[in-house]
Amino acid sequence: MVKEVDSCVQPAAGPLVPEPTPVEGVSPPEEEVKMVMARVGKEAPDFEASAYVAGEGFKNVKLSDYRGQWVVLCFYPGDFTFV
Amino acid sequence: MKELGVEVLSVSTDSRFTHKIWNEVELSKMVEGGIPFPMLSDQGGRIGTVYGVYDEDAGVNIRGRFIIDPDGVIQAMEVLTPPVGRNPAELIRQIKAFQHVRATGGAEATPSGWTPGEKTLKPGPDLVGKVWEVWKP
Repeated sequence: MVKEVDSCVQPAAGPLVPEPTPVEGVSPPEEEVKMVMARVGKEAPDFEASAYVAGEGFKNVKLSDYRGQWVVLCFYPGDFTFV
Repeated sequence: MKELGVEVLSVSTDSRFTHKIWNEVELSKMVEGGIPFPMLSDQGGRIGTVYGVYDEDAGVNIRGRFIIDPDGVIQAMEVLTPPVGRNPAELIRQIKAFQHVRATGGAEATPSGWTPGEKTLKPGPDLVGKVWEVWKP
């Protein structure tokens, strides 16, 4: 296993799109994989992001790690802003 | 949030390094010990795009808030433009209402403004046209 280093740029996986299961005899569509948009009543699109956790440091967090728990996902414009 | 068994994840387009310093330098002066939940980095806004909150002109995620249940289903969302902050009391009320509905297996629904302890509604043939009998705002 490669030891994780805190490099300056560590791309997170971003949205995780399930691999389409190839159907025999049907060639996969050439179009890019359809992005699933978030909607109420539908499954939340999974993703992986690098994160800072106070007391733990840097780690990668996947939304699906929190299955079985209620989650509040909060987006905001930026650190060190005012509201 | 901890009492409600809810995990909070915050997301912005800042790097995790910025998150660390913001928490240490500023947030820790507002909240004892700094904020306890993971601060996620969405550089490039790809996660925000999928959640419909990424503003590609400004290059930031606007204020979007999603309540996700233990099955991974989004139960509620609220999106605000940047200058107006959120109301945590309403978030908590919604979480309690969704948790109540889930605990009843969906047999009960909560009318507008419901808070725990108040009357709920039991949707079904007997209630149609008779909500006025059991619930008045």
